[in-house]
Amino acid sequence: MRKEIRVSGFGGQGVILSGYIIGKAASIYDGKNASFTQSYGPEARGGACAAQVVISDSNVDFPLVRDSEVLISLSQVAYNKFRTLVKPNGVVLTDEDLVKPENEENDIKTYAIPATRIAEELGNKIVGNIVMLGYMTKVTGIVSKEAMMKSIGDSVPERFKELNIEAFEKGYQYPG
Amino acid sequence: MEKEKRVLTGEHFIQGDIACAEGAISVGCNFFAGYPITPASEIAERMSERQPCLGGTFIQMEDEIASITAVLGASWAGAKAMTATSGPGIALMLENIGLGIMMESPCVIVNVQRGSPSTGLPTLWGQADMMQARWGTHGDYRIIALCPNSPQELYDLTIKGFNLSEKYRVPVFIMTDAVVGHMTEKVIIPKEEDIEIYPRRYTTLSPKEYLPYKPEADLVPQIIKAGDGYRIHTTGLTHDERGYPVMSAECQKKLVSRLIDKILNNLDDIIIVEEKDMDDAEVVVISYGITSRVVIPTIQKARENGIKVGSFRLITAWPFPGEKIRELSERVKGFVVPEINCGQMVREVERHSKCSDKVELVPHTGGDIHDPDTIYEAIMKVAKS
Repeated sequence: MRKEIRVSGFGGQGVILSGYIIGKAASIYDGKNASFTQSYGPEARGGACAAQVVISDSNVDFPLVRDSEVLISLSQVAYNKFRTLVKPNGVVLTDEDLVKPENEENDIKTYAIPATRIAEELGNKIVGNIVMLGYMTKVTGIVSKEAMMKSIGDSVPERFKELNIEAFEKGYQYPG
Repeated sequence: MEKEKRVLTGEHFIQGDIACAEGAISVGCNFFAGYPITPASEIAERMSERQPCLGGTFIQMEDEIASITAVLGASWAGAKAMTATSGPGIALMLENIGLGIMMESPCVIVNVQRGSPSTGLPTLWGQADMMQARWGTHGDYRIIALCPNSPQELYDLTIKGFNLSEKYRVPVFIMTDAVVGHMTEKVIIPKEEDIEIYPRRYTTLSPKEYLPYKPEADLVPQIIKAGDGYRIHTTGLTHDERGYPVMSAECQKKLVSRLIDKILNNLDDIIIVEEKDMDDAEVVVISYGITSRVVIPTIQKARENGIKVGSFRLITAWPFPGEKIRELSERVKGFVVPEINCGQMVREVERHSKCSDKVELVPHTGGDIHDPDTIYEAIMKVAKS
């Protein structure tokens, strides 16, 4: 079963790292195949930036993401740019303080969480992306919670590990 | 990352470029000279982190001309040397790649291809340097070029590339592309003792007996390490077995023929292809690099619709498996050749196919990979012909 996830936002919100964490969780810790690609170029300096992950039980042949099952949007610009690239019956996850969603067609379900605000309450808004990953893990079930926690542990500096795990848990516990 | 460990045995989720650098380090690469260029910079970046911790050398040179020159010098000083760049950088290196071929200097040159010509599309994709690798430097020669289609293969084929360059004393190209180079997937790095390393063919002869360009039975001469007391001459000029310039048609014939034949006599050893669904295939899709991954779902779709189609993947692009294409052309309806250029490897397919009118190119000017439907349509066209 092939699943495609696009993470989008401003450069600096941890978009690329989020994609990497999802891909590593699926590939190394859930024993699936995953292919992670990222956008390069001027978008890294404030425009809409995106990371794509393909997860599959079999080989990931076609490596890129066109329309995804899951879209995570951490900014309005990114939401506007990528919301049309969600498959019918797909899922859109937004930071509710940063994105004002439109009425979705094609039975797309939108889930909103104040990820950045929760991160600020934890003491550092830099973990807003990790709050969102916790929420995504709960809502979609594409990657296991255990795999995500291990992948986060590998991917953030040791001194921020506890904060990141806490952020992930907050997102995971948030009512979906 | 345990920076001091040479072989990072285990499962990693790493980018293709990083896998390439790790493959080189695993097989003993201890010298990297390069100049940053998207989408190859991550190879240099990784080398700059790793080589100093391993006692190796990383040098950022002033440009690509200096980079390849440093690589050739390092190779003669006994190092396993590599550089990595993209099409524009290769364009600058070409003169001295010819020198490397003529001096028979083992080394590896990585080209992470991007949209072209000229500076083209720095961050986007292309496969349009395939003929540059084959014919870029002037003259008659044979080169080896390998085409990975995943980070794992970038790791594996960089090892293979070093081994081939040592065995045949020829620069080897790793012809990857910006998709594979920048893609992150699982890469399994084996145990150090399981990695095959082809040792440098150092001479067993004394300085008095040794002739630097006297070939062994397989036409490859033994090499020395500069500084070990062998006083030798090596040059880009046509030379005899002593390495001294000889300006004659006779010497030219002997040397150039040997440089070509040391490759052509060993095609079975050098050429790697991957064949899938070929037993009953009436249509064969020939692809390489990232395009070979786009092909797989189209073949599945065509098979589901009753079309007998198979995949023939060039892992070695140069030397080209012409004999195999000729054999196939006698029994299949035709070939479909998708590539992210306007027709490069397809020329080789046409040249070796018994009926060149049975070859359908699916071109792409770059910046993206093929829409699988375009390949599917070409398969259907050939199937119905």
